[in-house]
Amino acid sequence: MSTEVKDAPVKEAKIKEPSEPLFSKKNKKLITDPLNDSNPITVQVLGICSALAITVQVKQAIVMSLSVLAVLIGGNLIISLIRNIIPSRIRIIVQLVVVAALVILVDQVLKAYVYDVSKALSVFVGLIITNCIIMGRLEAFALANKPWPSILDAIGNGLGYGWILVAVAVVRELFGSGSLLGFKLLPEGFYNFGYMNNNLMILPPMALITVGVIIWIQRTKNTALIEEH
Amino acid sequence: MLDLINIFVKAIFIENMIFAYFLGMCSYLAVSKTIKTGVGLGAAVIFVLGVTVPVNYLLENYVLKEGALSWLSEDFATVDLSFLSFIMFIAVIASIVQLVEMVVEKFAPALYGALGIFLPLIAVNCSILGGALFMQERQYSTIAEATSFGLGSGVGWFLAIVAIAAIREKIKYSNVPPALRGLGITFIITGLMGMAFMAFMGIEL
Repeated sequence: MSTEVKDAPVKEAKIKEPSEPLFSKKNKKLITDPLNDSNPITVQVLGICSALAITVQVKQAIVMSLSVLAVLIGGNLIISLIRNIIPSRIRIIVQLVVVAALVILVDQVLKAYVYDVSKALSVFVGLIITNCIIMGRLEAFALANKPWPSILDAIGNGLGYGWILVAVAVVRELFGSGSLLGFKLLPEGFYNFGYMNNNLMILPPMALITVGVIIWIQRTKNTALIEEH
Repeated sequence: MLDLINIFVKAIFIENMIFAYFLGMCSYLAVSKTIKTGVGLGAAVIFVLGVTVPVNYLLENYVLKEGALSWLSEDFATVDLSFLSFIMFIAVIASIVQLVEMVVEKFAPALYGALGIFLPLIAVNCSILGGALFMQERQYSTIAEATSFGLGSGVGWFLAIVAIAAIREKIKYSNVPPALRGLGITFIITGLMGMAFMAFMGIEL
């Protein structure tokens, strides 16, 4: 788990009035913040492990993001519901068990409905358990907040994770195999003129470099995120 | 014997946990600011992988796999518990990490001082669970093979984190574009190192 968890949203949500509307300003912020300014991948540095390995094809990336979103919502909701009865000493193990049970469910569903994608994701479905986003959000948010904000926080972070994943996958699939979601996009004529798919894009290192470039673009736009070395 | 060395070397260089599978990236990025902490976490990963992979191998082959329970009685020959493997593996890892932490604290206080704060981090390091899941997927035939795979993966991870920590210590003195400082440049360097490690690909052992 990253030590650089930004737990700013926690403070905001703690002072929440019980009678506020479901989609108040604060609650909306819980969803929109992780999409950009506190994005789990590019700013909080969570969940990189799985994000990079399965972005060769857009389809895999979408299935992976949906799985993480489902586990995150379930985990955040369950932990938030039982947050007052978990002894803090064994909370990590409780969290791991809850998450592992949810991941088993997701894994079985994937195996039943999208077997080929499930095969392609191989061990990375199981690795959702140790995905730092899940543990990070459970620790930093669900343990200290009511169920509804926790669900919103989960949706926000799941989507923030998902869009980076899909963005990286679009770049890699488009330049690496000239297709998107398996459909050929580039006309044959391109190849006749000597255009070639960039096979380097399919290989692991380019995932890292693509994420690096996304971070670069994001921080150029939002200079507040720049770190001092 | 040669087989074991092959698996070991392959796990270090060709199937490197970081550069080929991106496992354990979170702690790799967070703890690689100085060589000293990098070495500490790397050593802890070698140790924990070397212990948990064989234990999970036993669990897989005598409890979880289809027909694995037949040593209990003939009736269990068709029982397949492999859907439980995630929860079993993570439970084993979490408890072994806890156990190792207590044993090291009791018997080797100096080592505990060096590794101590990193051990709890390791329970949620993807490379440990990843090691167990790869072991399951690749179906190693003996426990010795599984152990040498575990140790090899650990050493590969160690090499990667020490290398990036050394580079990050040096890069402080370079003029990196402001928006790339810190995280961004680390990603790109890791990508370049991954390309270098790809030179080992295709080597048949």
